[in-house]
Amino acid sequence: MKLLTHNMLSSRCIKGVSVGYPLKISAKNVRLVNCDFDTDFTVRIIQKLDWNALWEAAESVGHADDIPKNLSDIDDYDKNDEFLRKVHHVVLEVEVIEGELECPETGRKFPIEDGVPNMLLNEDEV
Amino acid sequence: MKMESSDKVKYVLWFAQEHVNFRAADIESVASIFNIEVNYHTEISDVPYCIVELPSEKEAHLLASRCISLRSVLELWGHGKTNEELHNSIQQTPKDRMYPHFVSEKSFRLTVETFCKSLSMKEKVERIESFSYLPIEGNVNLKDPDVTFYLLEYFGQDSNNIPEQPYELFFGRWVADGQRSLIQKLSLKTRHFLGNTSMDAQLSLLMANQAKIVPGSLVYDPFVGSGSLLVSAAQFGGYVSGADIDFLMIHGKSRPVRPNQKVREKGESIKSNMQQYNLSSKYVGVLVADFARPLWRPDVRFDAILTDPPYGVREATFKVGSWRGPDIKPIAEKHLPHHIPAKVDYDLQELMRDLLDFAANHLCMGGRLVFWLPICREEYDEEKSLPKHKCLRLIYNCEQVLSCHSSRLLLCMEKVKEPVTKEKTPPAELTSTTRFRHRYFGGKEQKE
Ligand SMILES: C[S@@+](CC[C@H](N)C(=O)[O-])C[C@H]1O[C@@H](n2cnc3c(N)ncnc32)[C@H](O)[C@@H]1O
Repeated sequence: MKLLTHNMLSSRCIKGVSVGYPLKISAKNVRLVNCDFDTDFTVRIIQKLDWNALWEAAESVGHADDIPKNLSDIDDYDKNDEFLRKVHHVVLEVEVIEGELECPETGRKFPIEDGVPNMLLNEDEV
Repeated sequence: MKMESSDKVKYVLWFAQEHVNFRAADIESVASIFNIEVNYHTEISDVPYCIVELPSEKEAHLLASRCISLRSVLELWGHGKTNEELHNSIQQTPKDRMYPHFVSEKSFRLTVETFCKSLSMKEKVERIESFSYLPIEGNVNLKDPDVTFYLLEYFGQDSNNIPEQPYELFFGRWVADGQRSLIQKLSLKTRHFLGNTSMDAQLSLLMANQAKIVPGSLVYDPFVGSGSLLVSAAQFGGYVSGADIDFLMIHGKSRPVRPNQKVREKGESIKSNMQQYNLSSKYVGVLVADFARPLWRPDVRFDAILTDPPYGVREATFKVGSWRGPDIKPIAEKHLPHHIPAKVDYDLQELMRDLLDFAANHLCMGGRLVFWLPICREEYDEEKSLPKHKCLRLIYNCEQVLSCHSSRLLLCMEKVKEPVTKEKTPPAELTSTTRFRHRYFGGKEQKE
């Protein structure tokens, strides 16, 4: 699971959970993958990100040093190549291979196996 | 000299004779991606040629750079219903348009292509010689010419009734080839990881064009299976993600589908397919999830949603739930680690309603949802058989005929409005769709 996926994911699937965001990550195994840097995509995706959730996620997998805690600390980020590369790295190159996601409201855990979160619930939870 | 027509240059869109119903949507979508104004002189039909006016050759190259249905684009220098008309029309084409390609430094080839008739060598040579009045000074080079001229002759489509003379003739200069070569490149025959419902490369590519995927688009397939739609979307620069309820499929552990394959190879997965085509940088990821349940943060917006939902014909259509309804007892703690969620039937009408609601909520404004819908041909009614949503506008409806009774429609919808309420739309009555399933499972005796 890349942090971009995590940034969009919620546990609203659980009966009674209305926000379910952001999910807590506990990672057992994190891998770095290579993705070609893409300025335009990175600029666009920043507008779609929940920055706080990204920072917390980065911190929970040991990559918080890569990005600032507040997006507002960066002026003209769309022209800041160094910053964009860091964001690109955090959202697309850091991948949780094994671990768990936890619903912030109910504590329900969702396993991540082989890089794939399993968001399926049991029939008594829907 | 008196100008007969406008001085804008005309081009022939020369189509491959396959998936004819998908041509117009392919051209129009690509034109809209690049903001190209196409002025149609003839309609796009089942005839493999269409004459258009384009602002310049640049636009011809742009169209060809994405269109899957296009075989080639030619600059049109002559057109007629008879040989005489053809040659007259060539003589009226401005010289300054043709002559720069006739200079001695440019090697050339003249190719005769017929539709629905084959010519003998002798007939071809005769045709070529009929152009001897053109002052072409370059040398002939059949292998790798600098410029290629084409004579296209159309003998209709009825192979039992081929006329002596062609119905229509075209002459022009080759400008560019379409993207037919991608169909080979992404062919399922050589695809690393396959599922039993993988979509073939050509249709997947046509879908990606209709969805107007461009470099940097964020694309999602909620019924991702083996990820064949993600491959074509990533090929055009989309960043792709997907989900599927089938854990084994997502983990590449479902039963192998190739006839001679007993066990899956290690590492077979959607990810390995992306690696195969050197598209890993475009891979966001996949999840195991039930589409019947909400998954994303409410303000997540995708640029395009491409999907082939389960019809319940070759694969199960289900969602997590219990036939006992909502009041089931909680599952005992000790069973939890090994519990496989119970599933109930996911009615196709409900699924379609959910899909349209999902698209209305999670598409960017102007973003497109492109998906398949099975129908029973006799009962199809444009008004009653298609799912609708007040925030989505139907852009294309392309039919792929499967048998004399059944078809599937590729529907393309565009988000035109942000939904105001979170309420679910009631499931639409899609007459021909429910019947499709009954018919498939129940056989002919189902007929009333
Ligand atoms: C027609 S197949 C799609 C095939 C896919 N285009 C591919 O390339 O393999 C439909 C998929 O929907 C999945 N599916 C069925 N019910 C589902 C549900 N409730 N939620 C998510 N996926 C589901 C099936 O497991 C199947 O893989």
